[in-house]
Amino acid sequence: MSRSASLSHAPAALLLAALLCASAGAVAQGKYPGIGRPATPAEVKAWDTDVRSDFTGLPKGSGSAKKGEEVWDAKCASCHGTFAESNEVFPPIVGGTTAEDIKNGRVAGLAKSNEGRTTLMKLSRISTLWDYIHRSMPWTAPRSLSVEETYAVTAYILALGRIVPEDFVLSDANMAEVQARLPNRNGTTTAHGLWTVKGRPDVKNTACMKDCPTEAKVMSQLPAHARDAHGNIAEQNRVVGPVRGAVTVRAAAGAAAPVATAAPAASADRIMAEKNGCLACHGVDNKIVGPGFKEIAARYKDAGGSEAKLAAKIKAGGAGTWGAIPMPPHPGMKDEDINSLVKWILGGAR
Amino acid sequence: METNRRAGRILPAPEAPAPTGRSGGRRSFLRNALALGGGAAAAALSGRASAADGDPLILKPQPHATALGQPVAALGYGQPSKWEKNLQRRESPGLTRVPQSSVAFAPLQGMFGIITPNGLHFERHHQGWWDLDPSRHRLMVMGMVKQSRVYTMDDLMRLPSVSRIHFIECGANTGMEWSNVAVPTVQYSHGMLSCCEFTGVKLSTLLDECGYDRKKARFVLAEGADGSGLTRTISIEQALDDVIVAWGMNGEMLRPENGYPLRLVVPGVQGVSWVKWLRRIEVGDKHWDTREEVLHYIDLMPDGLHRQYTQIQEAKSVITTPSGGQMLLDKGFYNVSGLAWSGRGRIRRVDVSVDGGRNWRTARLEGPVLAKALTRFNIDWVWDGSPAVLQSRAIDETGYVQPKISQLRAVRGTRSIYHNNMIQSWKVAESGEVSNVQVG
Ligand code: HEC
Ligand code: HEC
Repeated sequence: MSRSASLSHAPAALLLAALLCASAGAVAQGKYPGIGRPATPAEVKAWDTDVRSDFTGLPKGSGSAKKGEEVWDAKCASCHGTFAESNEVFPPIVGGTTAEDIKNGRVAGLAKSNEGRTTLMKLSRISTLWDYIHRSMPWTAPRSLSVEETYAVTAYILALGRIVPEDFVLSDANMAEVQARLPNRNGTTTAHGLWTVKGRPDVKNTACMKDCPTEAKVMSQLPAHARDAHGNIAEQNRVVGPVRGAVTVRAAAGAAAPVATAAPAASADRIMAEKNGCLACHGVDNKIVGPGFKEIAARYKDAGGSEAKLAAKIKAGGAGTWGAIPMPPHPGMKDEDINSLVKWILGGAR
Repeated sequence: METNRRAGRILPAPEAPAPTGRSGGRRSFLRNALALGGGAAAAALSGRASAADGDPLILKPQPHATALGQPVAALGYGQPSKWEKNLQRRESPGLTRVPQSSVAFAPLQGMFGIITPNGLHFERHHQGWWDLDPSRHRLMVMGMVKQSRVYTMDDLMRLPSVSRIHFIECGANTGMEWSNVAVPTVQYSHGMLSCCEFTGVKLSTLLDECGYDRKKARFVLAEGADGSGLTRTISIEQALDDVIVAWGMNGEMLRPENGYPLRLVVPGVQGVSWVKWLRRIEVGDKHWDTREEVLHYIDLMPDGLHRQYTQIQEAKSVITTPSGGQMLLDKGFYNVSGLAWSGRGRIRRVDVSVDGGRNWRTARLEGPVLAKALTRFNIDWVWDGSPAVLQSRAIDETGYVQPKISQLRAVRGTRSIYHNNMIQSWKVAESGEVSNVQVG
């Protein structure tokens, strides 16, 4: 019983101990003697603030939309906007509901695609709004609103949504009436199998194994412009293993735009270039450490005898033609392979 | 890479080359390797010997083999290798507007087996996280009970405990992909998923101790101690079945981001019900209809109705290696590896297709295969260099088969946000680049 607490919080613990001694006699002897203690009525009251949709737990009180406007402007508008319409820190609270919706109890806008969903469009229980504001808002100072302020600011939100008039006073006595006006009060269903473990699934696939019906056509892929939206994927993968992350962010200024990868079938030369690590430093089109292979092809297009010269350079390595960075020597490579690669490069590295 | 620089280098390192504009291509990773460690790293990566007589990494004595290493307890709490810094929890840019109410996704693309390391467990908070003093934390059990009771951590940790391995998945995991491909990698498409061994006392033990009303009790409410005071309703059947009031996570205490010192573990159910910084359990006879049951975690259907009280995570799987945003090293052999799980029990089987769902082969399930836990699957694959579309399909012990996105959409449309358990497709291009696609 708060033994450890008494070490660091002696006065509080003593007080509590006194309180608890009084009730100790009444404790039902459980299976685990010495574990836990009865909660005092004040403790239960302090934490039992939840308001259920049947209004169990709703404290007596009231607040006007007028007063709510003051609360809103002082404590809520900075984040949610003057008319609760802001999309800055969270989707809008108000908007998208109509007088027709109030009549039907179904928000028509929810059936349309591409419609944004505001809080009032989704709200099916008024208790939820009250409970949430009382427990969690303002975001940076939760549990700072009084009961009256909570009624008031809830009323104001409802007034902004034209669910109640501007001079409305919301109270524990008329919450049920407001519930009966909520635009989306009939907007939910529990006809699905996702509440219990034994629920029935709504979607059925079969475990076909061979020649299964599928178009196997790509319907959707990441648009090229979104390629770098999540940063450089190369830096989000391990440096060893069966794969690496793709380089998706270019750091060099003036670099070419990302090119969609529609690589042609790899030729034998291309595979050899890969195997020998050439493609670590040379892009086909672009410079990496060394020049792009197409750049090399363009440079030597009309120069005679360049094949032998380039083969020698690959074998021995060297710098100076394209810049100060040297190419390493490739002493282990067979001459015929080098010659083949040079031909392939000069032919456009296809 | 000091090692490589000294021993393996055959030329002065090229200046760390700035990644250039061209993206993709099988070589881009090598470029990166170069940036990290010079030519020898590239040589090591491509597996070729840079000198005629063999690999210098083998032929030449390395510093770590020829000098003294670090002492014990150099780090009182060990850290991952510095080479592993790429594997981090990350936010998806633009998904949320404020970082205290946001998500950090787990890097599934680099993880092995079924256990999520504590530092990589995904994060989701509504009003920021706290590192609570455990000696000042209290749990109250009240409502329809004979006696409302208060427990300290001392009390709880004296009780008989259980240790169980379970997955936790946010109901909105893969939610961005309902209408089209929106994110590049498995971290962002499936990373609101983790699996740990949780240790704690069964909720049923506490409910029994407090004498819950066996006749009238239908639900319990769980509430967090943070500013959001997050609340969720759980059915009494579940509460009495396998729900745990947990303090342990993979052998140590919970991490603050995951609710230290106390959280609820609700196996098979979406993460929002796993209330963190748990301070109160109330027994009642009706649904509470809290904010997370009325305004969120409701699934919008095409007719404009919201399905309320959806919470079970149906069978799902995803290939993590290779996966979106990765590059295959080369043609040849790969161990295709992934994760499968079901909120309704054990995984019975996982099939894998490399041709976009036309033909399937059954993968090997790695043990242990546990109820409501991640299950690792593996299957051999020899990539011949031609384009491929990889998919995995989980079947759980109820016989339920993980659906295709088209089947899900036919029933639920594209706007329900939650509970997207579609078969994931990864396209492998001839370049070796893997990307997120949806096929039909
Ligand atoms: C500092 C910024 C800030 C202030 C000030 C603030 N809020 Fe919020 N509010 C938020 C954020 C952020 C959320 C979303 C929290 C989450 O993701 O769980 C939110 C959520 C809400 C919601 C729930 C909307 C929904 O659809 O889930 C309501 C209602 C709300 N606020 C009302 C208020 C009221 C009333 C006040 C003033 C008393 C207020 N807020 C003050 C930032 C703020
Ligand atoms: C570590 C990086 C690196 C690797 C690996 C590499 N190169 Fe180079 N390469 C370079 C650099 C840098 C240059 C530019 C040298 C210069 O400016 O003279 C270059 C230049 C070239 C040139 C043009 C030479 C000239 O004088 O114009 C060819 C052709 C070439 N490389 C082919 C290859 C082939 C084939 C391979 C694989 C067997 C290869 N490279 C591997 C970095 C590399």
